[in-house]
Amino acid sequence: MTATQAARKQSLTSKASNYLDERTSISGAVSFLGRKIFPDHWSFMLGEVALYSFVAILISGTFLTFFFDPSMTHVPYEGSYVPLKGIGMSVAYHSALDISFDIRGGLLMRQVHHWSALLFVASIGLHMLRVFFTGAYRKPREINWVIGFLLFILAMAEGFTGYSLPDDLLSGNGLAIINGMVKGIPLIGTWISYFFFGGLFPGTAIVPRLYILHIMLLPAILIASLGLHMLLLIINKHTQFAGPGRTKGNVVGSPIMPVFAAKAGGFFFLVFGAIMLIASLVTINPIWNYGPYDPSPVSAGTQPDWYIGFADGALRLVPPGWEVELFGYTLTIAILAPMAVMGVFLVLVAFWPFIEAWITGDKREHHMADRPRNNPTRTAIGAAGIIFYAVMWAAASSDLMATHFSLNVFYVIHVLQALLILGPIIGFWLTKRIAIGLQKKDREMVLHGFESGRIVRKPGGEFIEVHQPVDEYERWRLTSFDAYEPTKERPNSAGRITAGTKIRGSLSRWFFEDRITPVTKSELEQSKHDH
Amino acid sequence: MTAHENADATPHGDALDKIDTGSAVVTDDGFENPGFPPHKPRQTDLDPQKEKRAERQVFGWFLLSMVGSVFAIVAYFAFPITESDLGSVRLNNLFLGLGLSLGLLGIGFGAVHWARQLMSGEEIAEDRHLTRGTEATRARAVEIFKLGDEESGFSRRSLIRNSLIAALALFPLPAVFMFRDIAPKEDAVEAIAHTMWEAGTRLALDPTGTPIKADDVTIGSAFHVIPFGMDNHAHDYLDQKALAVVLLMRLPAEDLNEVEGRRGWSYDGIVAYSKICTHVGCPVALYEQHTHHLLCPCHQSTFDVTNHAAVIFGPAARPLPQLPIAVDDEGYLVAQSDFTEPIGPSFWERQNHVNNDEHVQVLGQNTEDRA
Repeated sequence: MTATQAARKQSLTSKASNYLDERTSISGAVSFLGRKIFPDHWSFMLGEVALYSFVAILISGTFLTFFFDPSMTHVPYEGSYVPLKGIGMSVAYHSALDISFDIRGGLLMRQVHHWSALLFVASIGLHMLRVFFTGAYRKPREINWVIGFLLFILAMAEGFTGYSLPDDLLSGNGLAIINGMVKGIPLIGTWISYFFFGGLFPGTAIVPRLYILHIMLLPAILIASLGLHMLLLIINKHTQFAGPGRTKGNVVGSPIMPVFAAKAGGFFFLVFGAIMLIASLVTINPIWNYGPYDPSPVSAGTQPDWYIGFADGALRLVPPGWEVELFGYTLTIAILAPMAVMGVFLVLVAFWPFIEAWITGDKREHHMADRPRNNPTRTAIGAAGIIFYAVMWAAASSDLMATHFSLNVFYVIHVLQALLILGPIIGFWLTKRIAIGLQKKDREMVLHGFESGRIVRKPGGEFIEVHQPVDEYERWRLTSFDAYEPTKERPNSAGRITAGTKIRGSLSRWFFEDRITPVTKSELEQSKHDH
Repeated sequence: MTAHENADATPHGDALDKIDTGSAVVTDDGFENPGFPPHKPRQTDLDPQKEKRAERQVFGWFLLSMVGSVFAIVAYFAFPITESDLGSVRLNNLFLGLGLSLGLLGIGFGAVHWARQLMSGEEIAEDRHLTRGTEATRARAVEIFKLGDEESGFSRRSLIRNSLIAALALFPLPAVFMFRDIAPKEDAVEAIAHTMWEAGTRLALDPTGTPIKADDVTIGSAFHVIPFGMDNHAHDYLDQKALAVVLLMRLPAEDLNEVEGRRGWSYDGIVAYSKICTHVGCPVALYEQHTHHLLCPCHQSTFDVTNHAAVIFGPAARPLPQLPIAVDDEGYLVAQSDFTEPIGPSFWERQNHVNNDEHVQVLGQNTEDRA
């Protein structure tokens, strides 16, 4: 029976499928992707939240472009928000007000757009933390980590350009700060600012320029990177946590058709629905309260959106007087130092997979997600990084902390300055100890079982608590992880120990000196004999 | 099912053996993977009534979704926005949003419930393969590149290859130059180094533009000031304002610790300072009357007005530039000149634009910890 004969007898669906396949060979894609397996774990949803909030951003953003006008031409306000009537403002701010007050559902879409943008960056951040703490960036996924990092940066860039578009007082003030930071760049800063703003700050060019970046250039790069991110996800397949039946050679979970598609598709509607619910109940960025941009007024307690907070906080933590005159030129260390610190931090994040791979020298593919405790040093580094970021982030609210808790804002800053240095060190040490402690507990469980809560009195009068051995499934979960030991610094073929080898050796010691190895069969045998 | 194989085995086991494990500890003494635990059926797998109930629940969610979507359309018309009525905006936002939320959440909960309760609950294993291509594929890829090289002569004909690379490197360069005109032709540094203030410009209130008489400035007051005669319809109104805004304060004259050379810059306890922070350029808008401190709300740089706005806290490195002022024949406050140094955040060429004839340096900072 040929394909055409078969098609004649069959239903409309199969006719349509046949029509499509004969023109697109789509059956190949369906058979390749249709039963692809996606493992299940709550933490794997974080990346999905990012993806779906991005879709919500695209949908709401497209709606907004139909009404928003990015021009900075000065006009008197003629819309329906009474307190601003007759006040001079840019067309951009006017149209943002019109969207809020004169377009049905306009305010809703603005709020959906803003809330989903906040969620987008937040979920990317959490997704990155999940990938970091489970070591899911190891070979073969290093490149996808870098692409993901790029997506994180793009998301923040989208956030900042979007924040600047309504041309209200806060957004203009954010641009004023950017202008000040750009001017601090040695040699070319003044000119970069001049080019960026098309002349003096604020000028009349910046909002249209940011608009093009915000709705065309950045989204194009973002969508392309996102496509690549997904493509590599499919090629590399998803990581999974260790568990009975799960090996390095398989991936266990639900097939795309139908379970994963239904769950993921349903989850998209849940994420979008949750954003919509928040947007209909909670006001965000009430631009009408701030008024149009004017370089003169600013209110106390100004805050950037949360994801820019770390940069703003870094600026606040600089002590007074960090500026140098050099051969008649000015070096603004007060701006360069925080920019350098943030730059180094971000570069370390971006290249972390390669650094770790260099230290371990492990060239195998890794598909099993680590439990964070099973790599104590990595987990401790992650914790130190989180604290470092969080202190900078908290510093962006130093004034609010001071007013809300009636503290002296100067002391708040001093405490945060100390925390920026001490916090990561303490956090590193504490996390490492906790992780090793948890590993010890796991060993104990495997070797001696768990406390059953059953107290038995022995004939001699001694009370003991009966320990129940873990079953083989649990034992597998607790013992199947990669263990490392410090590398030995061996001479190369020329008989020399290079500086690189030495650095690697000391990093490796730092990483793996304190370590707990998984329980082996013979250890378990041994412990049984001991009893 | 590969579950019972040794944990290290993959379909490419041989290839894996050769891979460098670095400092990883590889042991033969590990436990064996016990394989999948027995599948636990769900309530809906065992009890047809529960299955039926789950089906009804899914239907219920989808029905709710439909109700929500229809309600959203109704709400769009039933809660219109009436001009000048903020309450109507709120209601439109609320009910349209609630309808849409229900429309979305109903589909979401229904689909997830369907997947969890009614679709096959059994986990499936799929084999992994090494990411790299098979040896045959890789060999073919190398061969293709070699063929491409041979057939084009890319390696052999180095003259045309190198000239192609040079041409490709040069062709985007014009684009870089074409962006020159995204800023005006004037010199950037000149443009930001000066403000509208000049000798005799009256100080006026922001935003009304009313000139200020010295007598009207009472002790303890602070005024937001712009140069008199600014045209707020001019295309560069905000640009000029961003450079020229000034904060005017009157202190008891004895509270001012004025340095030699700047004594003539104030008038009877009235002083004027640029309002743009020397850190990154926020308006330094908060004046604390009893301590005579100016606080920048953005990054908490704090300036002491009694000491020529020296920095006493925060990331700013320089005092706020002072505008030398005087009084004209009619008793109005006027500027004696432009600022003697560039206002606002530091920039590379700043030093070249300090007016050395007029400028009087003051102490950069004077750190103290009182708020």
